[in-house]
Amino acid sequence: MTVMKSRRAFLKNGACALVTMGFAPSFLARTAYAQGTRARAKQLIAIFQRGAVDGLNVVVPFGDAEYYRARPSIAIPRPDSGADAAIDLDGFFGFNPRVAPLKPFWDQRSLAIVHACGSPDSTRSHFDAQDYMETATPGVKSTSDGWLNRYLQARTLEHQTPFRAVALTPQLPRMLQGTSAATAMSQLSQFDIRGGQNHAAGATFESLYAEARDHVLGNTGRDAFDGIKMLKGADPSRYQPEHGANYPRGAFGQALKQIAQLIKADVGLEVAFADVGGWDTHINQGSAQGQLALRLDDFARGIAALVTDLGDRMADILVLTMSEFGRAVRENGNRGTDHGHGNAMMAIGGGVRGGTVYGRWPGLGVEQRYERRDLAVTTDFRDVFGEIVVRHMGVADPRSIFPGYAIESAHFPGLFA
Amino acid sequence: MAAWITRALLLTLAVLGLPNDETQVTHTVNRLSFGARPGDIEHVKRVGLDGYIDEQLHPERLSDAGVDARVAPMTTLRMSSRDIAEQFETPQLEARRAAAASGNATQLKPDPALQQRATTPMIELQQQKMLRATYSTRQLQEVLVDFWFNHFNVDARKGADRFMLTEYERDVIRPRVFGKFRDLLGATAKSPAMLFYLDNWMSVDPNGPHLDSTPVRVSRGPFGRPTIVQPAGRMPTQNKNAPKGLNENYGRELMELHTLGVDGGYTQQDVTEVARAFTGWTIEQPRQGGGFTFDPRRHDDGKKVVLGHVVNAGGGQHDGEEVLDILATHPSTARFIATKLVRRFVSDTPPASLVDRVAARFRATDGDLREVVRTILTSPEFFAADAYRAKIKTPFEFVVSAVRAADAEVHDARALVRQVAELGEPLYQCQPPTGYKDTADAWVNTGALVGRMNFALALAGNQLRGVIVSNAQPDGVELGKPEFQRR
Repeated sequence: MTVMKSRRAFLKNGACALVTMGFAPSFLARTAYAQGTRARAKQLIAIFQRGAVDGLNVVVPFGDAEYYRARPSIAIPRPDSGADAAIDLDGFFGFNPRVAPLKPFWDQRSLAIVHACGSPDSTRSHFDAQDYMETATPGVKSTSDGWLNRYLQARTLEHQTPFRAVALTPQLPRMLQGTSAATAMSQLSQFDIRGGQNHAAGATFESLYAEARDHVLGNTGRDAFDGIKMLKGADPSRYQPEHGANYPRGAFGQALKQIAQLIKADVGLEVAFADVGGWDTHINQGSAQGQLALRLDDFARGIAALVTDLGDRMADILVLTMSEFGRAVRENGNRGTDHGHGNAMMAIGGGVRGGTVYGRWPGLGVEQRYERRDLAVTTDFRDVFGEIVVRHMGVADPRSIFPGYAIESAHFPGLFA
Repeated sequence: MAAWITRALLLTLAVLGLPNDETQVTHTVNRLSFGARPGDIEHVKRVGLDGYIDEQLHPERLSDAGVDARVAPMTTLRMSSRDIAEQFETPQLEARRAAAASGNATQLKPDPALQQRATTPMIELQQQKMLRATYSTRQLQEVLVDFWFNHFNVDARKGADRFMLTEYERDVIRPRVFGKFRDLLGATAKSPAMLFYLDNWMSVDPNGPHLDSTPVRVSRGPFGRPTIVQPAGRMPTQNKNAPKGLNENYGRELMELHTLGVDGGYTQQDVTEVARAFTGWTIEQPRQGGGFTFDPRRHDDGKKVVLGHVVNAGGGQHDGEEVLDILATHPSTARFIATKLVRRFVSDTPPASLVDRVAARFRATDGDLREVVRTILTSPEFFAADAYRAKIKTPFEFVVSAVRAADAEVHDARALVRQVAELGEPLYQCQPPTGYKDTADAWVNTGALVGRMNFALALAGNQLRGVIVSNAQPDGVELGKPEFQRR
């Protein structure tokens, strides 16, 4: 209850501040109204690790002896075996030590892991596998929209703001493409009219679009100018993260920081997206130090900053990480790993039943592997997405979001009560 | 005679259709080209509407020396996929392999110079597309190259496709946009770009390999003497990535996206049968930019039944051709292609009457694409009042039309290519085989609209590197206003 209370207060104060600054965007009133009628406005932050992260070296199955046999030079040592050892989670799985910034959320039981999770399709092509994960139609390439966009379609809001679905990426990711409006921007500051010498350009455009008889362009134009004003109120350059959150300087950390900023600005954000590359570690992957460790350090510190910054708002937020497939169980001849199959996803949020690794562990023995080489998939990623859509976002009937799949709550991993 | 009919038709339409000559001319230029450059409207008034339409339907009669000169310095545009692979891809792969073999950990990082070099062919291809759309006199041809590439979409980001698209666009798509549909369809089916993109090159009969089928290849030895190349006793690639079975991707998209349309009346059984027919249609050394080849050892030579037609056993490579014949002549294909073309040239909601007539023309002319397009461009529906500015420009159309309207001088098209990508339509990088959408809902959203206004201001304010606009041209507000987002 304290969460809801502080939130309303924030909204009220924010609205007053905007009014005193001389404008009140038309959708602000709608947002406030919508928040009043909808008991709990849930939010989802989806994070895509492009390039296939080696989940076996992120959430390490140190209790599976086969892990150490298959990875003589890149395995993460068992817990309590030195500075670079795995951080024990449950006696069988452990975090790569570079993921330590996320450990407090595990301890608070707000971070859950789904391991051996992935696609029923056998492709080892980054391209196809990302496509399948984003459309949630494995094996079907011609699906025109992404599953997050179908979520937006499944629940049409009477008053939706230009910031209902935002990707902090140069182009709209496949996951958010579709008939429901979604916006991509690499920087919040881009969402403004940059007239240079032409100071009047913004105002001129605003009136041209406001007066347009063209219904489609007129409405979208008006929303755009509303949005511009709203973002000016949340001046990106002056943003101060809270609770001591410290975002890494890189592009990923900055994207997360801007997501936090949008959420705190209460501009109607429901779905946010960010992605981060550099996971395709075929050569010299390293273990607790090295290439993958460096990427994980940036990744974990970024997410930790985001969760810390959002504070008690996390009660209504879910952060979900995913990657198109995992990597082969055995390390290759270059002390790296080749494309594999099953992988680990992380879910962080106040509503998550955390502190647990979900999914059946198939084992790493050669006979237990998928095609005798990769971690087998025991949880279809659509069951994770499905559970989030139903139990977190509150969609009663998710069937239209997962075409061609018999989605059943019986198959959900159980991330939510 | 035809011209007379067109004129008579247009006279009749003066009542129901576009209000006056001026709007008719603007409308026609907007739809047949990437927007008017200074002088275009006057030119059309001089040669007349049907003169202009006829001129654009016969690009071979128009000199395009200007644009040829602009793209001439980009040498990869004239290279084969094999040469591009050899000169731009292989050095990178070999450096990596050598480093791996040496076991020297410090050398395993990819060489940035080689990586950079490998992107050259795609950068040149993108610039070429931008320059041709901006400066070509053969505007309708460029519009149709864009349309048909998008119809037979291949994404450059899928593996080897990144160096195959130069050849694909130049040799497969461009020469056939005014030809017969069956010819275009067949050329895409055999193109390494498509075979790779939709995985058909890996599709094999799960009951194979058929080592008894003798894949006797006759190659030309020294002095042109034929040499029989004996088959190896095993599949060429018996590694972990060796193809294992039937791949239905191409079979499915061929019907859903290239010919019949999703409601065109095929079943899953048809998909499987079509996929069986195309087993063995593969690529010789895809990583080296090799061409099409048929491998009988991978081919399922049994009988197939496709949409009720029997394809007899033993047809070998011809099975695929037979399937393409069945699909190209199917009434659903005529209707599907007609609908898409009418959507491009007339409206997001294609008038049924026109789709009917265009589909009929498609069938009557054996899929003659010039005649099909002519039927649309001379129809009353094309000149109807509600077709005027009914289409939202795609980001590519918007950027090119702004550059044309501003009469900009493009020395380096890379900034424009980047702008199109930022507006949501990265060139040659449409991920799904559906291609980019051609309806307003795909392109009208707040972020994109803000981006368009900013592009207009940046262009008019001379802030785009390599693009020069003289002061006398329309200001940024003209190019960013609502009316300019439509064509």
